[in-house]
Amino acid sequence: MGGSTGPVWVFAEQSDGSVLPVSLELTGQARKLADELGTSLEVIFLGDAVRENTQILFNAGADKVYLGEHPDLKFYQSERYMQIIVKLAQEHQPEIFLLGSTATGKELAPLVAAKLKTGLTAHCIDLTLDQEKRLEQIIPAYGGLISIVCPEKRPQMATIAKGVFLKPDTSEPKQGELVLLEIGNEQDQRIELLNVVYEETEGVPLESAAVVVAGGAGAKDLEGWQQIVDLADEMGAALGSTRPPVDEGWVELDRMIGQSGKMVAPELYIGVGLSGELQHMVGITGAKLMVAVNSEPKAPVFEQVDYGIVDDCREFLPVLIENIKAYKADKA
Amino acid sequence: MFKIVVLVKAVPDPKRASEIKIDPRTKTLTRADVPLVMNQLDKHAMESALALKSRVGGEITAISMGPPPAAAILKECLAMGADHGVLLSDRAFGGADAYATAYTLAKGIEKVGSADLVLCGMASSDGSTEWVGSELSVFLDLPVVTGVKEIIGSSEPWWQVKAHIDNGYRELKVKLPAVLAVTRELNTPRNISFSGIIKARKKEITVWDFDALGVPESSLGLAGSPTIISDLRVSESKREVEMIEGTREEKAEMLVQKFADAGTF
Repeated sequence: MGGSTGPVWVFAEQSDGSVLPVSLELTGQARKLADELGTSLEVIFLGDAVRENTQILFNAGADKVYLGEHPDLKFYQSERYMQIIVKLAQEHQPEIFLLGSTATGKELAPLVAAKLKTGLTAHCIDLTLDQEKRLEQIIPAYGGLISIVCPEKRPQMATIAKGVFLKPDTSEPKQGELVLLEIGNEQDQRIELLNVVYEETEGVPLESAAVVVAGGAGAKDLEGWQQIVDLADEMGAALGSTRPPVDEGWVELDRMIGQSGKMVAPELYIGVGLSGELQHMVGITGAKLMVAVNSEPKAPVFEQVDYGIVDDCREFLPVLIENIKAYKADKA
Repeated sequence: MFKIVVLVKAVPDPKRASEIKIDPRTKTLTRADVPLVMNQLDKHAMESALALKSRVGGEITAISMGPPPAAAILKECLAMGADHGVLLSDRAFGGADAYATAYTLAKGIEKVGSADLVLCGMASSDGSTEWVGSELSVFLDLPVVTGVKEIIGSSEPWWQVKAHIDNGYRELKVKLPAVLAVTRELNTPRNISFSGIIKARKKEITVWDFDALGVPESSLGLAGSPTIISDLRVSESKREVEMIEGTREEKAEMLVQKFADAGTF
């Protein structure tokens, strides 16, 4: 390249060797940023015997893939991964470095950022370049959108959730440069990974659901929350949540929708007892029909949906569920 | 003696946090009178520290960075059973991003003395960056595990923990001293007892300002933050709402009809 601007970097996360969709989405967006900056797009890919899976990264737009293969890299390990990436970054001085907001990305990104003494923005919902060609990292907060920049330190780092950017077309084979990293046998001195356990999630998965019923703090307690669960069950919907019910322990973290949770795009979204904070609402912008039930007429959620009902969800949901049952019985 | 440091943050009460808004004209935040409370996940970190102390003994220091009113949540930690409360508070710390916050907290932990274990909540309800635990582990040169849902303590330096991954969890051995960023599944925080409140009343909160930390001002607060806010704007909705009105029964009936019209059933 030879230009003054360093490359745009993406960390490609893999599970069982396959590149995660979020990493492909980021590669697609990073391609646009690299083109605008007139620089190259380079992807870091670490795993065990994953070479056959690098082609999709080139197809997604990577000019170069740094491939690190070693049995120790099969699963993410904080210290090994961090050391490899930090060393590489010190050599190549990337301008921008993007990672997915996955469990791995959320641990690895701040480790790398702190080592490189640079800034890191969490869970962006858009990435663009401003007039000075700085990375404008957009996050929702306080009922609006906040732009964050990292004026002096490099790389400009950000994490982004799955579903924020479109998956690029990877059907056409493209060429790129494959750089093999030398990975030594050094042991982690302080952390040892013993085992990885995958668990099936219960209930209708959020990401592919046609109907999503999401609840918020308005449920007030576990009993109130159970009515939201009942509504979801009655409608065959996936159960979703804002942050407070997760913090209260009414529902698992993997049910959280929004900036730091999941992005969904159902045919019908029903938000119950939630105020409509943007951190949650950015997760459902792809929904077709949106309905909200909230006891507070001025709740911001009523500015962001198609149909609104002002009522206490704890009083309203039992009546709604009875009506749904009656409708179904009528039709049957 | 086994020394545990717990990091706690005072956040706007999540139940009322939506009252803080961007003023579309001035592009600043409206200062709603929202009370500060202890970040929920930090209570789980605190509970974990107390449980560990009762098993392996030791001393618990709760540290927070924040404005003077944040001392109230440190009092809460004392009432739960912490031995010491330290508030890092100075105008020079203001405007810090996650990096500068983690740096300041790391300096505070260094001043407390050699911690064997640093515990914090995985995320805070206001910022939700989830960076502070990991970043301060770098500044302290300690290993970190985030998303911790189970801690199997031991008298040996290598401890076993379970921590979240997407769709499951990992089991790790981590060598102390270490930083653990914890999740809600770890435990159920205890309620504060009356005797706890009485005991806490007798204890003082230590306040350390800029001079006490003794680090250059350029690495603290806004000056020490790699990231800055370049713009605030109000987000505009593309949807136009139709309110469904009537009795509870009527509203339910109309809504079911809307669902049916949309082909839901």
